[in-house]
Amino acid sequence: MGLGVVTRNQMARRAAEEIQNGMVVNLGIGIPSLVPNYLQKNMRVMFHAENGITGMGPSPADGEEDENLCNAGGYPVTLMSGGSYCDSAISFGMIRRGRVDMTILGSLQVSENGDLANWIVPGKKVPGMGGAMELAQKAKKVIVVMNHCDKHGNSKIVSSCSLPLTTKACVDLIVTELAVFKVTEKGLLLTELFAPFEIKNVINKTGCQFLISETVREIPY
Amino acid sequence: MENPFGKMTSIETVLDLFYEGMSLMFGGFGGVGSPPTIIDGILEKEVGNITLIGNDTGFPEIGIGKLVSRGLVKKVIASHIGSNPFAGQFMHEGKLEVEFVPQGILAERIRAGGVGIPAILSDIGLDSEMVSKDKPVYILDGKKYLVETALTADVSIVYAKKADEYGNLIYDKSARNTNPLVAMAGKTTIAEVDEIVPIGSLAPDEIITPGVFVDYIILSKGVNWKWAWE
Repeated sequence: MGLGVVTRNQMARRAAEEIQNGMVVNLGIGIPSLVPNYLQKNMRVMFHAENGITGMGPSPADGEEDENLCNAGGYPVTLMSGGSYCDSAISFGMIRRGRVDMTILGSLQVSENGDLANWIVPGKKVPGMGGAMELAQKAKKVIVVMNHCDKHGNSKIVSSCSLPLTTKACVDLIVTELAVFKVTEKGLLLTELFAPFEIKNVINKTGCQFLISETVREIPY
Repeated sequence: MENPFGKMTSIETVLDLFYEGMSLMFGGFGGVGSPPTIIDGILEKEVGNITLIGNDTGFPEIGIGKLVSRGLVKKVIASHIGSNPFAGQFMHEGKLEVEFVPQGILAERIRAGGVGIPAILSDIGLDSEMVSKDKPVYILDGKKYLVETALTADVSIVYAKKADEYGNLIYDKSARNTNPLVAMAGKTTIAEVDEIVPIGSLAPDEIITPGVFVDYIILSKGVNWKWAWE
């Protein structure tokens, strides 16, 4: 069940609100790659790509692509002023050393205590973990942006992940097309809703219990 | 141009180094920074039963993916195979053994091999049975770590923008990726480059891979595949 362009952009815009000036941010493929379109003006952020770019810029204009300047998904990008290239060992050194402030990525399942399962569906889809384990385990803040339910209508937010884990208890924030949850020590906390959804819609579609914030923000876009 | 170190050679000559059942390490990330001319040479020679070590299995017709798609590989050690459906298919059919390694740990295992360190300690993937399975665990200061062994290969193939006659290498933007690590980890290392320049014409401070690690240099015929974005 694919999400519409408008919805995907709303989710990216919400994730972008988490970014603060001066951060080093790694973006996964899919919806996270839309996040840079929603940064506040004058904000300086270093986007990190695990294939060895720090300070990645937007896609080049048609005809301006450089086959040797691509993001981790293999698509042409540009380099911002102050950006740099490094090898894969250094790139992951930045992640493991805790120098990457935030990663925004997709997932297959997230559990109520923040376990992340986003790399394998046994017997079906076995793409490999790529850099997801390092990012999930070592980025200072982990934001998951994903569909609330899978294509069969099953909640991707669960009490316990049935898929093999990428990393335990690593997720800080979940953004779906319905709502935003914080992962707290007491479990998930619903803090925000996208219009036109109501709390009861979220309860119906979520595979675990969750707490509800005293003030639930209605996201104004 | 002179060939004072005897490293400059042809694709035909270096192909003698490739043989059935060999281990082959390659530079590149999704095909970006992989050496097209050497890969095509291996394809033409139909070297089979290769154990392949590198970041990913490329795309079916891009980069190292071509060797995988043609069934020339028996085992791959990589972080990702998702962009080459043949890799997944052969794995499910039992024709291809795949060892998945978290990307940064793969890079570090290759680096360890390249700098003469037998293993590293890692806390990445401790929560994953697929990563931690069969690996020794070491306790250091009360914390648990996996012992991740170094990787080397019979031959390493890399792509660089420029080499001088000694094999000092500089890379091109994000095509650097795993290349400097892979260049160090081969028992024999072959660099395919866009340009070979006279010794002394690369700025010493800008050289990324010292020629010490490079055994042979060949001139690239250029990328002959169509990128996914084209």
